Amino acid sequence: MTGATDTGIGLRHLLSTEGLRREQAEALLDTAAGMEQALTGRAVRKLPTLRGRTVVTLFYENSTRTRVSFEVAGKWMSADTINVSASASSVSKGESLRDTAATLGAAGADCLIVRHPASGAPHRIAAWLDRVGHSHLGREGHVAVVNAGDGTHEHPTQALLDAATLRARLGQVEGTHVTIVGDILHSRVARSNAHLLATLGARVTLVAPPTLLPVGVGDWPVTVSHDLDATLATGPDAVMMLRVQAERMHGGFFPSAREYAIRFGLSQDRADRLPDHAVVLHPGPAVRGMEIASSVADSSRAAIAEQVTAGVHVRMAVLYHLLAGEDVA
Amino acid sequence: MPSRRRGEPGSGGASAEGERELLSAADLARTVARVAHEIIERTTPDGGSAPVVLLGLPTRGTYLARRLAERITEITGAVVPTGTLDPTLYRDDLRLRPTRALAETELPPGGIDDAVVVLVDDVLFSGRTVRAALDALRDHGRPRAVQLAVLIDRGHRELPIRADYVGKNVPTNRSEDVAVRMTEVDGEDGVSLR
Repeated sequence: MTGATDTGIGLRHLLSTEGLRREQAEALLDTAAGMEQALTGRAVRKLPTLRGRTVVTLFYENSTRTRVSFEVAGKWMSADTINVSASASSVSKGESLRDTAATLGAAGADCLIVRHPASGAPHRIAAWLDRVGHSHLGREGHVAVVNAGDGTHEHPTQALLDAATLRARLGQVEGTHVTIVGDILHSRVARSNAHLLATLGARVTLVAPPTLLPVGVGDWPVTVSHDLDATLATGPDAVMMLRVQAERMHGGFFPSAREYAIRFGLSQDRADRLPDHAVVLHPGPAVRGMEIASSVADSSRAAIAEQVTAGVHVRMAVLYHLLAGEDVA
Repeated sequence: MPSRRRGEPGSGGASAEGERELLSAADLARTVARVAHEIIERTTPDGGSAPVVLLGLPTRGTYLARRLAERITEITGAVVPTGTLDPTLYRDDLRLRPTRALAETELPPGGIDDAVVVLVDDVLFSGRTVRAALDALRDHGRPRAVQLAVLIDRGHRELPIRADYVGKNVPTNRSEDVAVRMTEVDGEDGVSLR
């Protein structure tokens, strides 16, 4: 194991992969691998590490895999995990984000896992909780905030689990060529991955129609292409397909779903042209026949199930570094 | 870990001020051989058949376990399964310091159920690492018995734990460091007190 030292990795919150230092990212990935090792082949999948710590998932958007993954990660380390969904809480009575967060902090949450449709919401919560401080919340220790997806901004644990999957499949991330295809504009997964993979030393190419690329993509550490076939011809080590996020689209971003699938979908024919070792990733939920052919999603190239498993280990690593040690000043 | 090692790679030898060599490379080899003999005696009472598994506590305990297994194989011809068990996630002092990196955990393919498991560490100090390892072991299976082998017992126990096999008992001051060096990680063998 490399990367981390006994001095900790200096993480207070996990809000974005942009700005995450390479040694921090590698320490998280090493710890995730250690979690997998610690749990492999044993009768009891339970560690006492976070006994007495309380983890609250606060989700203002629907989610299955991310919420379950965080909950399993917390439970496997003996944390008390509590789920709050906006529709079933005082949020529906008009409580503000700030008051909800402060209430959960005062009620004893040591960590808030936040998913919110507004970009930047977890940052705001972290800043508020840091500012009001312990005395106001009537508790000891700070409340760590993890961004579990905010609008079209970031989804850092998804990028970490993708990197963990690439490390397991390819041996390393450094020096690999990763292509991210699809709806970059609405994708917090793409943004988090672009920054994290670049930090870890990978070369990243984004492929999308011009209408599905965000303004300012020129400042990202990536190259951009509009031609999937030309990019696949360069022999990427991994291809990450993104879901077209119809729920965030108001207006015509491309002429028709069929045309999109033909130009930007990963068909069996396209997958067959990839190098033998190349991995296909999809953050899920996948829309089969749209961005990825069913046969490709079910092929041995696809690491979709491995991504989900890696997600639990990565989230265990994140909770470990945020909650297990002494508070980071 | 408690402040029991801190051995900088290659900084060994009795030359540094305030540093005392406890075991030379040759002493360490002899000690490992002696403990290997003791393990054979104590785990095969009637030429018995209970399988023995050596589990090292990272980092240097892992290498000590491998060396002990090699010695036992030289003497008896029997292959002894070895593994490594990282007790970090079971420690009781996690909240008292910044988070630690995890070390390797790898149990032998045959597992530990019904085996005599010998935990191997380089230095026995407060006993808290061993306590954590015992808890970790319980989640991995049910050994027939668990024993403890250490290269150095430096005293100052904080829990009712003792070693079954001790390479060398060394009275120490709490503030002193026992630095175990092993070729696999430090480039040379030896133990010093500073």
